[in-house]
Amino acid sequence: MTYTNQRLAYGNTLVALGKENDRIVVLDADLAASTMGKLFEAAFPERHFEMGIAEANMTSTAAGLAQMGFIPFTNSFAVFAAGRSYDQIRQTIAIGCLNVKICGSSAGLSDFGDGSTHQAVEDIAIMRAIPNMTVVCPADAIETEKITRAIASVQGPCYIRICRNDMENITSEDDPFVLGKPSLLKDGSDYVIFATGVMCSVALKAAESIKNHSVRVVNVSTIKPLDRAAVIEFVRDMKGVVCAEEHSIIGGLGSAIAEALRRECKPIEFVGIEDKFGCSGHNYPELLAHYGLTEEHIIEAIESFERI
Amino acid sequence: MDRNELISMLETKAKKLRRGVIVSIGVGLAGHVGGSCSSADIVSALYFYKMHYDPKNPKMKDRDRFLLSKGHVAILQYTALAEAGFFPYEELAHTKEIGSMLQGHPDVQKTPGIEAGTGSLGQGLSIALGMSLGMKLDRIENRKVYVLIGDGELDEGQNWEAAMACAAHKADNLCAIVDRNRLQATGKIVERFPIEPIDKKFEAFGWNVIEIDGHNMGEIIDALDKSDSVKDKPTVIIANTIKGKGISFAENVVSFHNGILSEEQYQQALKELS
Repeated sequence: MTYTNQRLAYGNTLVALGKENDRIVVLDADLAASTMGKLFEAAFPERHFEMGIAEANMTSTAAGLAQMGFIPFTNSFAVFAAGRSYDQIRQTIAIGCLNVKICGSSAGLSDFGDGSTHQAVEDIAIMRAIPNMTVVCPADAIETEKITRAIASVQGPCYIRICRNDMENITSEDDPFVLGKPSLLKDGSDYVIFATGVMCSVALKAAESIKNHSVRVVNVSTIKPLDRAAVIEFVRDMKGVVCAEEHSIIGGLGSAIAEALRRECKPIEFVGIEDKFGCSGHNYPELLAHYGLTEEHIIEAIESFERI
Repeated sequence: MDRNELISMLETKAKKLRRGVIVSIGVGLAGHVGGSCSSADIVSALYFYKMHYDPKNPKMKDRDRFLLSKGHVAILQYTALAEAGFFPYEELAHTKEIGSMLQGHPDVQKTPGIEAGTGSLGQGLSIALGMSLGMKLDRIENRKVYVLIGDGELDEGQNWEAAMACAAHKADNLCAIVDRNRLQATGKIVERFPIEPIDKKFEAFGWNVIEIDGHNMGEIIDALDKSDSVKDKPTVIIANTIKGKGISFAENVVSFHNGILSEEQYQQALKELS
């Protein structure tokens, strides 16, 4: 079945994984109805653990399950998964390189109504800075399924960041997926956009509608480890680089790309959230626009290179 | 071995553990003397009486597990692991050296026999719960997870999240031991940050509570045995101890939480523990 919501894709993939592998276990912190952990709970009640509204304990409990040879997935909103449980992830999971998968659900601004307390705009930066951690952010629901499967199959801690809201699919079931490999969504010869998550579809629209420039779009769904050689190859002969993410411009995809390109002498622009917290909005597109995460902002970033 | 012989053997081991701690710390470098010595009798009873494990096969599935939530006394656990045969005793002299398998706090990747990365206080009980749940899923019967928690460490809120969760999940294969030495890093707990009544708190959270003298070996082994027959709830053993126990100049002295031994103190400690 093709989903158009990353949470549904994630939750159903957990169920599919649970059928294939009895070492998969899932933990929720009273948000199973939102994270879609409830699907796993219904299918495998013995292997789903309700941990109450206590993310720190949930995260270290997952460490203990991993030490028993299980593959635990912990679910919560990204602000809590990456923020409230930061120390538990660092101390009890990442230092030991334990096989725990942390799902940051309702990431970015996607929990539009709840405001800054519930909008993770710095989770990629936090997770990316932790040694041993893999950080993934799927572009759509189809890729969410593939990425969930991929992180279940690799040893070590992984952080997966997914969106709350319905979105269009821009990848297809048949596209090959390799964890760690940035993938070409559209080719072009003047500029390249590296995008992650929901910004992939925005970047595609920008690349298709921009006048007078040929723009390549690359989906970076594995933010860490970042395939530096592939990133360098994608920017060869390009006049400039735009990074687009629903995240602070500090420490996220843009920072990772800039680190990778540190010897390439290419101008880089960042389309992201400018060192601000989120706020409440009536709908998701309105909020993305408020924070400058639109097709027009990406086009403006590209055109700014022409004025250099 | 009859009971008296057992107790005598465990007391001798505990003394040896304290000695190992002093040797590991050495002269002129800070080390957690106080909390190691307060926990030594409990750790002796666990490693040399109660727990089932194979030092030659540290990952053996059918084993009891010991987690040191008060990870700062890693040297005590290292000494117990060496004494139990997980690695040569000589390794202790290399504690905290760059590249050593014996880090300042327990590291699951570096040290055989270490079950959990601890040191950021208040997290061991949660990890223990994960192991308890895992043992139940794997139908591992008659095995337990033991977790040693400092009384000062109970300030950390995660302990109480975990305490609730252990009761909610009926973790009767989990036994927590609180080393109640009544001192924290900066002074007496009762003066710095009062946390009593510990027993009533755990009771209210749904635990089976046993209180003992943490330096009376008979009471320690009886409490550990008693916890085996409790069903559907976790057990906490509140062990009343003396920080620095066994070393006269360190007993109940706050500064030996993470103290530096002079050459003279080092020699005296070894003499008292011989």
